[in-house]
Amino acid sequence: MSILELVLEPLRYGFMVRALATTVTAAVVCALLSCWLVLIGWSLMGDAVSHAVLPGVVIAYIVGVPFAVGALVSGALAVALIGAIRDASRVKEDAAIGIVFTTLFALGLVLISVTPSQTDLNHIVFGNVLGVSAADVVQIVVLAAVALAALVVKRRDLTLYAFDPTHAHAIGIDPKRLGALLLGLLALTSVVASQVVGVILVVAMLIVPGATAYLLTDRFGRMLLIAPAMSALCAVVGIYLSYWLDASSGGLVVVVQGAVFGLVFLLGPRHGVAGRRLTRPRRRPAGTSPEEAAA
Amino acid sequence: MKPAIEVAGLSVHYGEVRALDDVSLRVSPGRVTGLIGMNGSGKSTLFKSIMGVIRPDRGSVLVAGATPAAARRRGLVGYVPQSEDVDRAFPVSVRDVAMMGRYGRLGFTRRARPQDRAAVARALDRVGLAEYADRQIGQLSGGQAKRVFLARGIAQDARILLLDEPFAGVDKRSEATIVRLLRELAAEGRTVLVSTHDLHALPRLADEAVVLLRRVVFHGTVSGALRPETLAPAFGVDVLAPERAA
Ligand SMILES: Nc1ncnc2c1ncn2[C@@H]1O[C@H](COP(=O)(O)OP(=O)(O)OP(=O)(O)O)[C@@H](O)[C@H]1O
Ligand SMILES: [Mg+2]
Repeated sequence: MSILELVLEPLRYGFMVRALATTVTAAVVCALLSCWLVLIGWSLMGDAVSHAVLPGVVIAYIVGVPFAVGALVSGALAVALIGAIRDASRVKEDAAIGIVFTTLFALGLVLISVTPSQTDLNHIVFGNVLGVSAADVVQIVVLAAVALAALVVKRRDLTLYAFDPTHAHAIGIDPKRLGALLLGLLALTSVVASQVVGVILVVAMLIVPGATAYLLTDRFGRMLLIAPAMSALCAVVGIYLSYWLDASSGGLVVVVQGAVFGLVFLLGPRHGVAGRRLTRPRRRPAGTSPEEAAA
Repeated sequence: MKPAIEVAGLSVHYGEVRALDDVSLRVSPGRVTGLIGMNGSGKSTLFKSIMGVIRPDRGSVLVAGATPAAARRRGLVGYVPQSEDVDRAFPVSVRDVAMMGRYGRLGFTRRARPQDRAAVARALDRVGLAEYADRQIGQLSGGQAKRVFLARGIAQDARILLLDEPFAGVDKRSEATIVRLLRELAAEGRTVLVSTHDLHALPRLADEAVVLLRRVVFHGTVSGALRPETLAPAFGVDVLAPERAA
C-alpha cells in the first residue's frame, strides 16, 4: 500500500474526517492556551479545571443546556473552592487543588452513574473522537472559535499578566480580571478537548505543546505559532495511527505529543539536553554575556 | 511643595506578621528619595501599598493627591521590581518589556502605534540598551536587566518611579549608570523612590533618605540617615560591629 493510500483511505469515512477536524481544532486552541499556562506555572491548575468541569457538564446534559455553560460554572466553582481552602486554612495550594478537583471529578463520575443513557457522558471522560456527530463538530468548532478569538485578541494582556502582574496592576490593568479570563478560557477549552481525548487526558494537550515550544524558542510570538502547529500535526498523526493500529485515538494523540516533547527535550538545538552540551560556552568572566565575551 | 506620595498611618499585616506599623511619609517630587532598611523591614510592602497591590489594614495613601487607583489609571506610577520577582527565563525581548510600559495608553488589543515604538526606542536608547532591544531578557547581565525595567518606566512616562533594590547584584559601572539616570529623571521633576541596601551609594544617589523598620525610624538628610545612632537600631548592631556578631 502506498503512502498516499495510507493517507487517503481513512478519509473515505465521514467519522474519520470529523475526527480529524475536531482533533485538530481542539489541538490548536489547547496549544495556544498552553503557552500561557506553562509560563505562569498553571499546569496543575489546568489539570484541576479540566477535571473539575465534569460535574458541570453532566448536569448541563441532564438539564439540557450547552455543555460549555455547565463547564464554566463548575470550573469557576473549582477555582473559588481552591482559593477558599488555600486562604482560609493552613492547607497549601497544591493540596487544595488536589482535594477540590478529585472531589469534583468523582462527583461527576457519580452523577454519570445515576444518569440514564450514559454513553455520551462516558465519552466525555475517556474521549471518543471517532464517534463525534456532526452536531458535536459544530459545538466544538464554535467553542474553539470563541476561545481562539479571545486568546488572539487579548494575547498581549495575557502575556503581560503572565510576566509581571504587578506592573499590569500599576498601570491600571486589573490582573485579577485577566486571571479570570484565562481560567474561563481554560474551562471552555477543557470542554472542547474532552470530547476528543477525554477529561482525563485534556491536561496533556494543555501542557505538552506549550512546554515543547518553550524548549524551542526564546520568543513568545514564535511559541504561539510553534505550539499549535506541532500540536495539530501530532493530532493528525495520532488519529491516523489509531485508525491503522485500531487503538485508542485520544491516547495516541497524547502519546505522539509526549514523544515529540521527548525528542525536543533530548535533541532540541536551544534548550535540549544534547544541544546544550554541544553549545555550552567556555568559561567566561562573570557578568558578561556570550556575545560580549566573544567580541 | 505638594508631596507626590503621601502615606498616613499605614499598617499592613500578612496573617500574623506585621509588615508595616503606622507608617507616615511624604515624598517630594523632583527629588531622589532613598528608602533603606534591613531585610524584612517592609520596603517592598510599602511599594506595594503605594501601588495599591496590597490593601492596608489601616491608614491611607495618596498619589499625586489622588487615590492609588486613580493614579494607576493615569499611568502615573512606574515600578521596577526586585530581581527575585522577575522570571528572567520568560520568552520576551528587551523591547517587549519596555513596550509593556505603553500598554496603559494603548487600545483593547494593545497594538503598538508608531509613536509607541518611537517612545520605546528612545527609552532603550536612554538607558543604553538600544543595541540589545531584540535580546531575550535572560541573556542580559543583572545590571542590564534592571535597566530594561527602568526603560519600561521611562517609556510609560511615569511621573513617579518606584525602584525596589535596583542595585542588588549590579556592578559598580551599571550602578553608576543607574544613579546618573535616576538623578536625571528627578531633575525632570519626576519623583524617584529607591529602596536599597547599598549604603555607600546613598550619598551620590539620594537627596533625602527614609530609614524603615516596620515604621519610619528616620526621614531627613542622607548624612543624617547614615549616622550610627540612626542605623544601629534599624539594622541591629551588626552593621557597626560585625566582629561582635560572632
Ligand atoms: N506574601 C507575604 N506573606 C507573608 N508575609 C510576607 C509576605 N511578603 C512579605 N512578608 C513579610 O512581611 C515583612 C516585610 O516584608 P517586605 O518584603 O516588605 O520586606 P523588605 O524590606 O522588602 O525585605 P527585603 O530587603 O528582603 O526585600 C517580612 O517580615 C516578610 O516576611
Ligand atoms: Mg523587598
